Amino acid sequence: MADQGRLHRLAETGRAALTITVDGKAVSALAGDTVMVAVLSNGRTLKQAEFGGGNRAGFCLMGACQDCWMWTADGDRLRACTTPVTPGMDLITTIPQENVWPVRA
Amino acid sequence: MASPRVIIVGAGPAGVRAAQTLVAHGITPIVIDEAERAGGQIYRRQPANFSRTPEQLYGPDAAKASALHAAFDALVGQIDYRANTLAWALRDNTLHISSAGVASALPFDALILATGATDRLVPIAGWTLPGCYSLGGAQIAMKAQACSIGTRVVFMGTGPLLYLVAWQYVKAGVKVAAVLDTSPFGAQLRALGDLGLRPGLLSRGVRFQMRLRAAGVHLANGVTPLAVEGTGEVTGVRYRTARGAEVTIACDAVGMGYHLRPETQLADLAKVPFAYDDTTRQWLPEADLDGRTPVPGIYVAGDGARILGADAAEIAGQLAARAALADAGITSDAAKTDSLRQRHAVLKQFARGLATAFPWPAHLAATSADSVMVCRCEAITAGDIRDAAGPKDAPELNRAKALSRIGMGRCQGRFCGPAAAEILAAARGVPVREVGRLRSAAPVKPLTMATITEPSA
Repeated sequence: MADQGRLHRLAETGRAALTITVDGKAVSALAGDTVMVAVLSNGRTLKQAEFGGGNRAGFCLMGACQDCWMWTADGDRLRACTTPVTPGMDLITTIPQENVWPVRA
Repeated sequence: MASPRVIIVGAGPAGVRAAQTLVAHGITPIVIDEAERAGGQIYRRQPANFSRTPEQLYGPDAAKASALHAAFDALVGQIDYRANTLAWALRDNTLHISSAGVASALPFDALILATGATDRLVPIAGWTLPGCYSLGGAQIAMKAQACSIGTRVVFMGTGPLLYLVAWQYVKAGVKVAAVLDTSPFGAQLRALGDLGLRPGLLSRGVRFQMRLRAAGVHLANGVTPLAVEGTGEVTGVRYRTARGAEVTIACDAVGMGYHLRPETQLADLAKVPFAYDDTTRQWLPEADLDGRTPVPGIYVAGDGARILGADAAEIAGQLAARAALADAGITSDAAKTDSLRQRHAVLKQFARGLATAFPWPAHLAATSADSVMVCRCEAITAGDIRDAAGPKDAPELNRAKALSRIGMGRCQGRFCGPAAAEILAAARGVPVREVGRLRSAAPVKPLTMATITEPSA
C-alpha cells in the first residue's frame, strides 16, 4: 500500500497523458487533473507542513483551507487543489531553505 | 437612467439564478467565479475533457444540476463572466478582484454575495494526517476529478451529506468501512415534523441509510470521535460508541464534516451587521426575506447567507436579484416574488429540521483535549486557546486570536473558528454567542506577493 498513490482514479482514465516533475522525479498525470490529483495519484503526501511538523495531503479540495500550497522550482507557490496541471510543471514538496516568501525579481 | 452596475460574487445555484433574473430584466451583471466553470460546489462541473454523464455525477439531482448548468450556458454573452477570479476585498462600493496574478477594482451600485459555504469541522487528534479530508472534499475528489480519497474510507461527523457521500463512494465501488454519526438517532426522530415538509428528501435520506446497511457498511449513531490514528498517515479511526465502548476501525482515509458554515467574509467587509443564530450556533449576516442587508446595495443569497441548501439557494438568488432590481426602481412580477418567498420559507423550516436532526456537537468541540491541534495552518492547540481564555483573560474571539494566533493562519479561521469559539466560551463559562465571532480581514484569501495591480485606465 505504502508505495501506491493516495488518491485512486475510479473513471476518466482515457484522457491525454502528460508528464510533470515532483522533487526532481518525472511523474505522469492526465490532462484535466488538478496538481493535487497529479501528485497524490502517484504519491502519499503533497507537502511538508510549515508549522507543527509532518506532511500534509490537502483537506478541503475547494480552495478554502489553504492546506495544499506547494512550491515550484522557479520560486513560486501554488494551491494544488485549484490549479490545473500543465505539462512540464516542476514542483517541490519540501519547504525551500531559501526564499520561503518568494518575491518575483 | 443608466443601467445599474451589478456584481454577483459566486456562480453556484444562487449566483446563476440571480444572474438569470437580472438578465431577464435588462441588466448585464458581472459574475465573479473562483472556479474555472460555473456550477458552484454541489453542482460542480467536471473539467471539459471528462465524459461522465450528469446521472453519474449528481445521481438523483442530475436534472437540477443540468438545469442550472443550462441556465448559465444560456447567459453566456449576456453577462460579464469572470472565471478563475477571486473577490478579495470590498470597500466604498468597490469590489477588488484578482485573476491570474493581476488585481483590479470594480465599482458597483449593487453587489449580490452568493459566496457559498465550506465544511464545518470539529478538530480531533490526527485530523491533519495525510488521508483525512473534509466531507465536501471527499465528494469533490469524486465529482470533479473521478478519484476516491482512499481504498477503505471512514466517514465521520454529522449531517445529510455524510450519508450521501458515503453512498456515492459505495456506488463507485469504494470500500466504506464505517459511517460514524455524532448525532443520536433520537435527534432525527425529533426533527420529523420539520423534515416531513419535504417528504421526497426525507425518504431519500432514509433510503441512503438503508442502502448503506444493505451494502454491509457499519453505521453508528451517537458516537464520540476520539482520534484519527496513524503515524505519518491515516491508518484508522478511534471512537467511543453511544454505549461507551471504545472502538478502532482500520482505514486509509477519513472524510469528516459537521454540516456547513457560510462564507461571510465579504459581507463582513461590507460592514453588514451580523446576528447570532441559536439553531445553528452561527453568526449570520442580517438580511430581510429577500436577502437585502441593512447596508444599501449589498445583498446576500444562498448558503453564503444561511445554510439552507441548493434548492433554497436557487430561490434566494432570484429574490436577491429582484430586491436589487426593486431598489434600482425596476419592477418585477410581484406575484412571482411572493411565491418565491413562500417556497423559501418552507425550505428554511426544512433546514431547521436538518439542524435538529444533525446538531452541531458543540460539546465535543468544547471538550477537545488540550493537545488537539485546532488550527491546521499554524498548529495552535485547544490548550493554547484555553491559555488565552484563562491566564491571559481574552473575553472574546478576536482578543483570543491576538493572543494565541487562532484564526490568524492562511484559512483565516474557516476551519478552526467554529470549534475555537466553543472552546473559548466553555473555558470562560459563558454562552458561545458572548465570545462573538472572528472579524474578517482583506484579502479574504491569500494573494501572492507577486500579484500586480492593473494600471488604472
